[in-house]
Amino acid sequence: MLSGLLARLRLDPRLSSMVAALIVIAIVLNVMTRGLFLSAENLYNLSIQTCVIAVMACGMVYVIVARQIDLSVGSLLAFSGMAAAWIQTRAFPPGATTGWVVSIGVALLLGAAVGAVQGALVAKMRIPAFIVTLAGYLMFRGAAFLVSDGQTLAPLHPTYQALGGGVNGAIGVVPSIVLGLLAAAWVFWHTWTGRRDQRRYGIEPAPIWVDMLKGALMCAAIAGFVWTMCLAPDFTNVDEAGNPRGRGIGVPVLILLVIAGFMTFVAQRTRYGRYVFAYGGNPEAALLSGLPTTWLVWSLFILTGVLAAIASVITTARLGSGANSIGQLAELYVISAAVIGGTSFAGGTGSVPGAVLGALLIQTLDNGMVLLDVSSPMRQIFIGIVLIVSVWFDVVYQKRA
Amino acid sequence: MMQMEQAPAPVAPADREAFVQMRQIVKRFGGLVAVNHVDLDLYAGECVGVLGHNGAGKTVLIKVLSGVYVPDEGSIEVHGKPVSFRTPHDAQAAGIETIHQSLALADNLDGPGNLFLGRELLTPWRTLDSRRMEYEARNVINRLNPNFRNILDPVLRMSGGQRQSVAIARALYFNARILIMDEPCAALGPAETRMVLETIKRLKAEGIGIFLISHEMHDVFEVCDRATVMKNGSVVGMVHMKDVTPDEVLQMIIQGKRPGQAQAA
Repeated sequence: MLSGLLARLRLDPRLSSMVAALIVIAIVLNVMTRGLFLSAENLYNLSIQTCVIAVMACGMVYVIVARQIDLSVGSLLAFSGMAAAWIQTRAFPPGATTGWVVSIGVALLLGAAVGAVQGALVAKMRIPAFIVTLAGYLMFRGAAFLVSDGQTLAPLHPTYQALGGGVNGAIGVVPSIVLGLLAAAWVFWHTWTGRRDQRRYGIEPAPIWVDMLKGALMCAAIAGFVWTMCLAPDFTNVDEAGNPRGRGIGVPVLILLVIAGFMTFVAQRTRYGRYVFAYGGNPEAALLSGLPTTWLVWSLFILTGVLAAIASVITTARLGSGANSIGQLAELYVISAAVIGGTSFAGGTGSVPGAVLGALLIQTLDNGMVLLDVSSPMRQIFIGIVLIVSVWFDVVYQKRA
Repeated sequence: MMQMEQAPAPVAPADREAFVQMRQIVKRFGGLVAVNHVDLDLYAGECVGVLGHNGAGKTVLIKVLSGVYVPDEGSIEVHGKPVSFRTPHDAQAAGIETIHQSLALADNLDGPGNLFLGRELLTPWRTLDSRRMEYEARNVINRLNPNFRNILDPVLRMSGGQRQSVAIARALYFNARILIMDEPCAALGPAETRMVLETIKRLKAEGIGIFLISHEMHDVFEVCDRATVMKNGSVVGMVHMKDVTPDEVLQMIIQGKRPGQAQAA
């Protein structure tokens, strides 16, 4: 009966079951932590913690959909993060605005360049992606060390640090509410134009109550998120009475939303996205249809390189310093997020929103277990189990469908 | 050019327009000569069978014409104009559509996604115009197969005949004048095979030229006007279906000799 309702609502069963799992886990964690987990402050932290993995997972979905893999993103994150920190602390005088602007540009270029080299080795030289990026995993971690001979580079520019969601790292209450209203307006516009286009081509749209219910659910989710972020107290920013003001949406979350929205759009609405999925579904068909397969595979690694660089900016900004140990195991969490989100290693299936939810699920468990004082090794074991369970769930579901 | 005098005398009616003239095509893979100085013609409204054992070079020859392989030697003329195809897009631009043996469908995409793969319809904002592609796909697919409703399913979940319909619709939508079909009935049941054969006859009547690769002698004799038999990369001979029996053609395929030669030897 539940699946019948989902079908009538035309909701993706994968995404809706993940949302349901997230809600259950959140409630359980909240009870176990006596209300700590669902406090606005903790949820703000959780939203920031999710961003680094989720940003990279958006690209990993494309890579895995096209039957490739990128094991180097964690090490590349450290390398480009160290490069950005080096530019700010060594190449420019401390506190120079040009320093942090240039450092971001350099980090992005470095990520793109390294990705282009790895992509060329895979697409042109035909070395398996697993091997190329395994080598990259080792080399970029070494390169991150060599940037400063193992020293931690600090301090980073205060404005740059805001990109990490820490001090001054949120956009405040009023802009958050405005963004929330814009998002709600977009939901309505999207639903309305969708129904109009369906009619134009003689397709009967879903009953109006279905679309209204879906729109209401989306708006409730947006309102809940914005409201929670606005309740999170910012103790460095107090009003006249000395009470902390609300934080609003964190800057890294905005970066993530822009990237995830863009990558979803590319996957669903552009030729490039269509070709990535077609290649993953049947590489031979892609070739016979005249798709630019070499360039397609090549471009994927440039994509993950750039996203790793963006993740490195968020990470170093959040820490306020550059350390060569950042991003350790990140590649495995990123791949896990994509897989938990429904991306299949057989190629051809996967979704960006699923990967973002996968990252949120992993971080939710991690965050909750930290609150419960679970040790780091135990947390790793538990997240490993979750990975297996989610894929097993998939296997069972696929058999039934 | 120096080998032109070896070209066989035209065996199709001279009043018809020559769609394809392949001359002395050679394609090597390393030391293997997959296609060895092969000539092949196609005229308007006829169906030419390309027959032979597995490994005889049929599929390689056909992939040269569809732009997948670039030939090492030889020339191709399409509608009387010399062409040189570097990619499948070049061949498609010249009005040649290919239905590959594997069907070349991406299993995870739906019917319209496969039909327009590589040639998507775009909105003025350069994004995919999914609704228009669905609309167009429904029209062309239902002309072939009126009972085919679930075109928005992933191709993976379609029956063999439905998959074949998508592949044929892909070739027809773009108004091809020249159609290459590589084993179109190999994976189909009797009713679906019938649909494909009727489609071939209808397309011939519309003046489309078709190359048909097949092992099924019955199908070849039903729809083909002529057939070229290949063995080990070379042409054994070209026959008119009305002049030969299936047994004689089989003999050519197996022995690699024309019926007359077989008796003389």
